[in-house]
Amino acid sequence: MTPHDLVERALEASSSSQCVVMVDVRTSANLRWANNTLTTNGETTGTSATVVAFSDRAHGTATASLSRSVVTVDDVLALVADADAAAASASPASDAAPLAADRADADWSTPPDSTSIGVYSSIAPALGEAFGQADAEGRVLYGFVDHEVVTSYLGSSTGLRLRHTQPGGHIGITGKDAAQTRSAWVGRATRDFDDVDPLALADELRTRLSWAERTVDLEAGRYDTVLPPAAVADLMIYAYWTATGREAHEGQTVFGRSGGGTRIGDRVGRPGVQLGWDPAAPGLECSPFVQAAASSSAQSVFDNGQPVEATRWIDDGTLSALIQTRESARVSGAAFTPYGDNLVMSVDGATGGLDDLVAGVERGLLLTCLWYIREVDAQTLLLTGLTRDGVYLVEGGEITGAVNNFRFNESPVDLLSRFSEAGASVPSFSREWGDEFLRTATPALRVPDFNMSSVSQAQ
Amino acid sequence: MAHAVDAEFLAIPLGSLADAALQRARDLGADHADVRIERIRSEHVSLRDGSLQGAHEGQELGLCVRVVVDGVWGFAAAGELSTDAAVRAAESAVAVARVSAPVTRERIELATEPVHADRTWVSDYEQDPLAIPLADKVALLADRSRRVLDHRSVDHVSAGLGQVVEQKFYADLAGTSTTQQRVRVNPAFEAHGASADGSRFDSMASLAPPAGRGWEYVTTGWDFDTELAELGDHLAEKLEAPTVEPGTYDLVVDPTNLWLTIHESIGHATELDRALGYEANYAGTSFATWDRLGSLRYGSEHLHVTGDRTTPHGLSTIGFDDDGVETQSWDLVRDGTLVGYQVDRRTAALKGIERSNGCAFADSPSHVPVQRMANVSLAADPSGPDTAGLIAGVSDGIYVVGDRSWSIDMQRFNFQFTGQRFFRIVDGRLAGQVRDVAYQATTTEFWGAMAAVGGPSTVRLGGTFNCGKAQPGQGAPVSHGCPSALFTGIRILNTAAESGR
Repeated sequence: MTPHDLVERALEASSSSQCVVMVDVRTSANLRWANNTLTTNGETTGTSATVVAFSDRAHGTATASLSRSVVTVDDVLALVADADAAAASASPASDAAPLAADRADADWSTPPDSTSIGVYSSIAPALGEAFGQADAEGRVLYGFVDHEVVTSYLGSSTGLRLRHTQPGGHIGITGKDAAQTRSAWVGRATRDFDDVDPLALADELRTRLSWAERTVDLEAGRYDTVLPPAAVADLMIYAYWTATGREAHEGQTVFGRSGGGTRIGDRVGRPGVQLGWDPAAPGLECSPFVQAAASSSAQSVFDNGQPVEATRWIDDGTLSALIQTRESARVSGAAFTPYGDNLVMSVDGATGGLDDLVAGVERGLLLTCLWYIREVDAQTLLLTGLTRDGVYLVEGGEITGAVNNFRFNESPVDLLSRFSEAGASVPSFSREWGDEFLRTATPALRVPDFNMSSVSQAQ
Repeated sequence: MAHAVDAEFLAIPLGSLADAALQRARDLGADHADVRIERIRSEHVSLRDGSLQGAHEGQELGLCVRVVVDGVWGFAAAGELSTDAAVRAAESAVAVARVSAPVTRERIELATEPVHADRTWVSDYEQDPLAIPLADKVALLADRSRRVLDHRSVDHVSAGLGQVVEQKFYADLAGTSTTQQRVRVNPAFEAHGASADGSRFDSMASLAPPAGRGWEYVTTGWDFDTELAELGDHLAEKLEAPTVEPGTYDLVVDPTNLWLTIHESIGHATELDRALGYEANYAGTSFATWDRLGSLRYGSEHLHVTGDRTTPHGLSTIGFDDDGVETQSWDLVRDGTLVGYQVDRRTAALKGIERSNGCAFADSPSHVPVQRMANVSLAADPSGPDTAGLIAGVSDGIYVVGDRSWSIDMQRFNFQFTGQRFFRIVDGRLAGQVRDVAYQATTTEFWGAMAAVGGPSTVRLGGTFNCGKAQPGQGAPVSHGCPSALFTGIRILNTAAESGR
């Protein structure tokens, strides 16, 4: 039975006041390697269904949400029956709101898209060649490629019939010298691997490892630091996840006031700083409608199927929107701006690349990426973490060597005011969060006083 | 063991599905093949200010086949539980191995393991949490939330309850066949408030750890009445506490905080796959390299650490691992010296270790098993003092309670931890909370500075539902037995100063 038929059968079977059914068909393929050899691999297929049952009461609407792996129509019908029963005994939900209605995508009944291990038919041999070269030249490669295609079908008793295909993939390669004293990393996000050349990435690693032929030990302190787009994504994705309207309104995050109320309207960055999300961003396309299996501070099951539109979160340096459910928007008096699954940051007028930023640094650091990022203080959004796989010394605008790693303590929101220069916004791949949050475009940023709190001996 | 494996799971034709897949894998030339059939049921419930915010029930059910063909791994997973699907999964796994062969330059060998035929294992719990009506859970969490919210300093309260019930069937070509079931729950509360002058906000979370227990843990297995009654006072004191003077202090670290330091700086550092570079692109490697086994001075002579997948109610506890290896208990650090690693059959064979200590785990039927953490636990001093006794010996220090943020580098040297609350110790007595505290150290220096360990009465089993590792990312539950302990001369940061304020 096709996925859209499963949705139709489930909707027909539902005995609740209203019902939303989501079926996701997921295929994936991956290769992982270390020490110049493949280590693990896999190809997976699976279908899961979520049934959200809504039960109208005299005073509100109760819901129940259940998700399961499914294969047959009987699996789905059993899920519907369990969801109906659970909703009937639940108490009314605080986020109740009318369901979206009567929108149908033209490709609703199109079969799911998929991927397979065959997506690597040219990548795998190229990797083999890269391993051979690395072996011959005394380098060691470690890495991972992953490709996933999820086709989502969302139907509702109110007439929604929405379909979205989300392809996503990434490659990351760590290179070390044979003595394991130098380390470098390259990573890319992709939709289909047509634009990925493993041998070119291996060449880039060779170059980066050559930068580390001279090593310099530096102490902790504040440094003039160039963060490449990947490191900016590492920091800004965390800030985005923190930007839920409800927590801000209740005075629990950097985007809220102590005691309550959001900071929408406050200046939080330099003029010209733009952050937001846009389901239609070229190359970063993501679901244009809400898919919520459960209600949380970030999403509401009542908002399923609501359009996700391009949203300016930080507009010209001013906080202008937060991640909202219709409930949190109503409570805080803000516009309903639901979460989108990409993040775009730019700085007005910034056009240069990473090299241009490096060229302007008299003495400072160039980072590769950040790692193990955790929140230290909610009020300032102070984050800690490590530099990883390549911190380079810049002298007179040139890279002159590699330095030790550092632990940093910094707030991404503070950096929006403190950076001294920015590059053009380009597609990026976060080392820290890319597995979970794949679609970002970010600029490189130069920060004149980035806080390296202590030295890490890690290599 | 009071419970039988769930009848619905046993109604799946586990044996015949496995036989079909294993036979096909053998016919296609596999030297090793194993099949896992798993059902993982979960529910997460969240409340804010005593009202239900969201409840979601999930179930993952599927089958996977892993093979070694001509010395190369292949893995494939399928959602469908039919003979045809099992056979196709075996064929896919072999095909994946063939695609991988040109990229593979190392022959896969597995350490041998006795055959465990038709074995069943069920974890120790009383009540299946997923058999309790959702309304009862919400009512209990709401009542407790409201009691926290009644405190004058508490503006908001959040509550959460995670529950997981796993069934796992494993069979391999050698003849091992195991059927297992385990249960875990994770109840949590957090109070939020603002200082009287409105300049600061903060929060205080409950210390109850997740546990390999059933619903009984949520109702009576932890003294929530006492803990939640005190939560508002702890928060109120923190909101008005003086900021810490950065510098060097002696620390008494409570097990509610120290379990996580053990997890990060010893648990992950003694994973052999990390030490051998297999996680270099993701979770990282380890300073505790193989050449230092038996000689690395990990910490003071008080440091004794075990790996254990048999600890009662431990989150990593199970009967047999996902390589079909019977679980065990062994030393990782003895008298301060590195003496062991956590391994699976693959990494054991790589280093000539005769038998795996049973650390293979996959978090779902669609993921390949990798070496995951045992319950890594710090031994108490049999004649050690209680926590007050440790504090009594400190003239100028800080007592650290509860975990909060954590971060450690990719070789497990440099770490920084915060906590739920920090108390100044002056002349052997607690002298009120201080705020803005983080402790920062290097692993071997920190454990080398461990001057005393608390007695058995101070031991708590801390842990997490979701330790991350591997690519594709996998989450694993793990516990850590831990006493209180005293550390001398540890660097304390002021986090407000760190942010430039």
